[in-house]
Amino acid sequence: MRDVSIIGIGQTKVGENWEKSLRQLAGEAVLAAMRDASIEMADMLYVGNMLSGEIAAQEHLGALVADFVGLRGIEAVKVEAACASGAAALRQAYIAVAGGMADVVIACGVEKMTDEVGEVVTSALALAGDGEYETFHGLSFVAINALLMQRYMYEFGWKHRDFAAFAVNAHQNAVHNPYAMFPKPITVEQFEQARLIADPINLMDSSPVADGAAAVVLCPTEQARAFTDNAVRIAASAVATDAVAIHDRPDPLFLQAVYTSAQKAYRQAGITPQDIDLFEAHDAFTIMAALSLEACGFAPRGQGVRLAQEGDIALDGRIPISTMGGLKGRGHPVGATGIYQVVEVVQQLRGQAGGNQIKDAHWGMAQNIGGSGATVITHIMEALS
Amino acid sequence: MGIPNHWRTQHQRYRLVGEICQHCGAKLFPPRDVCPECSQPAYEPFTFSGRGQVYSHSTVLHAPRGYEEFVPYTVALVKLEEGPLVTAQLTDVDAGEAYIGMPVEMVTRKQREDGEEGAIIYGYKFRPVLQ
Ligand SMILES: [Zn+2]
Repeated sequence: MRDVSIIGIGQTKVGENWEKSLRQLAGEAVLAAMRDASIEMADMLYVGNMLSGEIAAQEHLGALVADFVGLRGIEAVKVEAACASGAAALRQAYIAVAGGMADVVIACGVEKMTDEVGEVVTSALALAGDGEYETFHGLSFVAINALLMQRYMYEFGWKHRDFAAFAVNAHQNAVHNPYAMFPKPITVEQFEQARLIADPINLMDSSPVADGAAAVVLCPTEQARAFTDNAVRIAASAVATDAVAIHDRPDPLFLQAVYTSAQKAYRQAGITPQDIDLFEAHDAFTIMAALSLEACGFAPRGQGVRLAQEGDIALDGRIPISTMGGLKGRGHPVGATGIYQVVEVVQQLRGQAGGNQIKDAHWGMAQNIGGSGATVITHIMEALS
Repeated sequence: MGIPNHWRTQHQRYRLVGEICQHCGAKLFPPRDVCPECSQPAYEPFTFSGRGQVYSHSTVLHAPRGYEEFVPYTVALVKLEEGPLVTAQLTDVDAGEAYIGMPVEMVTRKQREDGEEGAIIYGYKFRPVLQ
């Protein structure tokens, strides 16, 4: 296996991009990443996306995006793993470069969600669950997460208000991210008074769906110097799966696939959770942030909320998360999110995170969660310079 | 989902028919043909009693397409007395009335009206056990 590095990054501003189509969003991100890497050609393109068929009336994104960015003819396919589609595309690109199948490979994540109305998007997102045994019963994706949060609060004695610190932190960090959808601070009071969606989850527990695209360019580490001076090494790339439905898991409050993929990643990188300088967590809901911190080994079971309350997740804390706003503040263009997370880690490790720069950041982790924890993809990046 | 899908799953949806693993005795719902406990084939049908307790619950205020008429409705994870968790709606409870540990039993109720053919789809829901 060859060591692999990221030599270029690109992203579009997350939000309601009425004026841009799916191919334009993807094209903007891919071309930005190619410029950043100083390349004009690539061997392969993987496009991560969850809902283009349901919401944007378009499948076949590999060929579509490759052609649109001037790469007509190269190998290109779409990769889908619900909300983890972005990181799944990166994983495929990593395998291609590490395995020696190709030298320069682009991974792009794109989602176009604002062309449809609320109920259509709600139904589409529910496709991440078990169609015959969860969503058939009228569960939205929010409701599935609400069942986890309700049980978590019951077992560990937390109040809804205790989760506010996750949303407050994410929005605070989004302020300095020019690509974020909601670069505005929020208060605990605003968190508490937000509209309920599926109790106990309210609007401020939830990341906003949006349009967006992000892209990275990979090549073998030994060739990276030829392209750039600020390459970032992929020290680990690990995927694990679990039952799609939470009722099929022996312990719904322990995200087994988060644990397994994080452990695999630590082993590959040769480090422990204590070495991680920043963590782009999948904070699609406040409860997901808590559960992933616990299963990754940053907090004991039932105590992920305490990390947030005590400031350990802040930029100057023990394990900063959502350093550029996370899914909550930057926005959650579902199939693009996994690539946004990695782009943000690269910004941190290059020292390009502006007002949110983590001092002396050397190891950064990004974790993309599909569904309520059925596909979990963890990447650990290491600064080279 | 079309008519054939509802027909295929009728035993599960009307009578909570799952499976029992003949190797390790695990009782499985929904049926899955390979036992997740011991990885052996599990094809023997097993009908659950339909009694259990609420393990978790939520009141849905924003419904997916096809469920709008029920809003607000309560969904739950129910811990069946034979072991498995099952996801379903609660019925005969008001919003906010459900609690963790609430004893419930399965009933057959209308789930939704399906598309333009107007087929009415039935399936299991759970209601509080009458004291
Ligand atoms: Zn068995």
